Amino acid sequence: MTVIFPSCIADMLRPGLASRMRGLLARRGVQSTFARRTTCCGQPAYNAGYAAEARRVARPTLRALAKTEGPIVVPSGSCTAMMAKHWPDLFANTPDAGRASAVSTRVVELTQLLATLASERSVPDDRGPVAYHGSCHLERELGVRVEPRALLTAQGYEVREPAGADRCCGFGGTFSVKLPAVSVAMADEKLDTLAATGASTVVGCDLSCLVHLEGRARSRGLSLQFSHIAEQLDG
Amino acid sequence: MADVAVRLVTRTERGLADTKVRAALRNATGILSLNRSLALDGLEDADALRDQAHAIRRHAIDALDALIDMWQANATANGIVVHRARTADEAVRIVLDLAAEHAVDGHAPVRIAKGKSMASEEVHLNAALEAAGHEVVETDLGEFIIQLAGESPSHLIAPAIHKSRFDVAELFTADAGRPIAPEIEAEAAYARVRLRQAFLDADIGITGVNFAIAETGSICLVENEGNGRMCTSLPRTHVAIMGMERIVETWDELDVMLALLARSATGQALSVYTNIISGPRRPTEIDGPDSVHVVVLDNGRSAVVGTQFDDALLCIRCGACLNVCPVYRNIGGHAYGTVYSGPIGAVLTPLLRPDDPTARELPEASSLCGACTEVCPVRIPLHDLLLRERHRDAPADATRTRRVAFAAWSLLWSNPVTYRAGVLVARVGLRVAARAPKLARRTPGWVGTWGRDRALPEVRR
Repeated sequence: MTVIFPSCIADMLRPGLASRMRGLLARRGVQSTFARRTTCCGQPAYNAGYAAEARRVARPTLRALAKTEGPIVVPSGSCTAMMAKHWPDLFANTPDAGRASAVSTRVVELTQLLATLASERSVPDDRGPVAYHGSCHLERELGVRVEPRALLTAQGYEVREPAGADRCCGFGGTFSVKLPAVSVAMADEKLDTLAATGASTVVGCDLSCLVHLEGRARSRGLSLQFSHIAEQLDG
Repeated sequence: MADVAVRLVTRTERGLADTKVRAALRNATGILSLNRSLALDGLEDADALRDQAHAIRRHAIDALDALIDMWQANATANGIVVHRARTADEAVRIVLDLAAEHAVDGHAPVRIAKGKSMASEEVHLNAALEAAGHEVVETDLGEFIIQLAGESPSHLIAPAIHKSRFDVAELFTADAGRPIAPEIEAEAAYARVRLRQAFLDADIGITGVNFAIAETGSICLVENEGNGRMCTSLPRTHVAIMGMERIVETWDELDVMLALLARSATGQALSVYTNIISGPRRPTEIDGPDSVHVVVLDNGRSAVVGTQFDDALLCIRCGACLNVCPVYRNIGGHAYGTVYSGPIGAVLTPLLRPDDPTARELPEASSLCGACTEVCPVRIPLHDLLLRERHRDAPADATRTRRVAFAAWSLLWSNPVTYRAGVLVARVGLRVAARAPKLARRTPGWVGTWGRDRALPEVRR
């Protein structure tokens, strides 16, 4: 059975996202279940340099996931990279080392999984343009570039790329509040290029980037809409 | 200029405030990055070449002592005088002593023509030479500009990348004592005449070193303006300063490194000048210095060898990581407050200066986006090293409040029950805050920091 780990940011900001994921999977013939007693992957602390705190947070999530079987699907490139790439290091030389290496191989980002499945639903030919923001960890750490774009195209969207598409939006976890002016300057540059695509909706695979961009867009009075790919595909 | 007395956050804000420089920097780094990718696309298999370059540099660091010894023995046999400097002070002292030997009747000033050298910036050589009464002229055009401005380089290979032609015209006009038009041609013409005299007058030429080649005891210096060749051939003494890690064993290895260096730096297939110096002028030769000295600088490097951070020593100073870094291209080099800026500066400086609080703060100057790692020609895992440095230093350097906050958060977030409660409280808090944006901005800590220029996240189904 495929296991959905929604991530703490989705738990807080998009409580319906996990159900949307379940629907997306079901329509492609995959039965899934929600992970129980999980919290967070620990990445905010890990990337800030607090490994012990990251381990403390990630441990119950790791142990809960270790009791399940099948692919663990995560709606975030950043959390997926943490669990798939960094957990083995984080838990090395601890009693959880074995669990971490076993679980890490099962973790898959949402579009990575969806791209392997055929959709049963027919879709309209033309749903208009969307601007796609490829997040750094998704593209650089996981190498997921083609999948989300192909999924959007298959759903009838015209995917538009902003200039400097692979440049960071400036979120960067605690970076966004440690060096806020730089973070905002990076968001401004990204928003300008996204707006220049002419699309009114920005789609991405990481809520963290989207929330950062949306927050900045609102305070600048930009009318861009921001949508997680699970919301957009479920749309 | 960087003010290291203030924290990184303040320096970045000051860097951002100069919108003119910021626009110029985004433009210039964009062009350099584009040139780089076009140049690498032109190679048959750039990825394989980068793997090979990584292996060559790794071998150099793994066998560093032996290779330096081999190079030193061969260089000495060629007639090069080799000096080993453990610290910046020792390096400066060695050069000051050499300068003193050239002083007529033991008196300053000795006239020095200097080529571009980050190692000399690292040890703050110019300030020491000038304090001793010597006349130093930077002869790389960019370095000459920032010398006139009294600044330090803001980019590894384009030290005056933050200066417009109008800035340069002002500086040149003041130097010339007559108006120099803000046109590139007029500026270049002035610099050419001004610097030519400096070459002819110089008693000593000082340069950096791109690579030392162990098997023949040679050094290699690449440049585009010909000033390096002047500095190494016209004055009767040539002094080169070299970071001890800048070594390769063979000429075949040098070949690989040169194929990548200029392409990664500027997009050129090869720099305009590739100088190979294997010793002073021989009796049968007409040109060249009477003596060649090479100062091999440690200054914290050997302490990094063999640690989890020693990939940082693979760097060949191409500057590609600066050009793609979204932080660098917004704040500029001076905001880092240290000689080396950009991702490699943020990685390297805390390793070379482990006790310097300004240096230890630098790994924060990154969103860990990984663009640097993607372009590094020798495959230094730059963003991974930044992360490891955070793991080493961030908790120890943090305020007590921040440490307590992380500890409290980790307790709350590590129990499914308190986590669930925290999630519900956060949702309620965000819904309240959405109706009172002013309140969010006034909230202390990270919430208020976020809220200053960004709306707080919205909770949606």
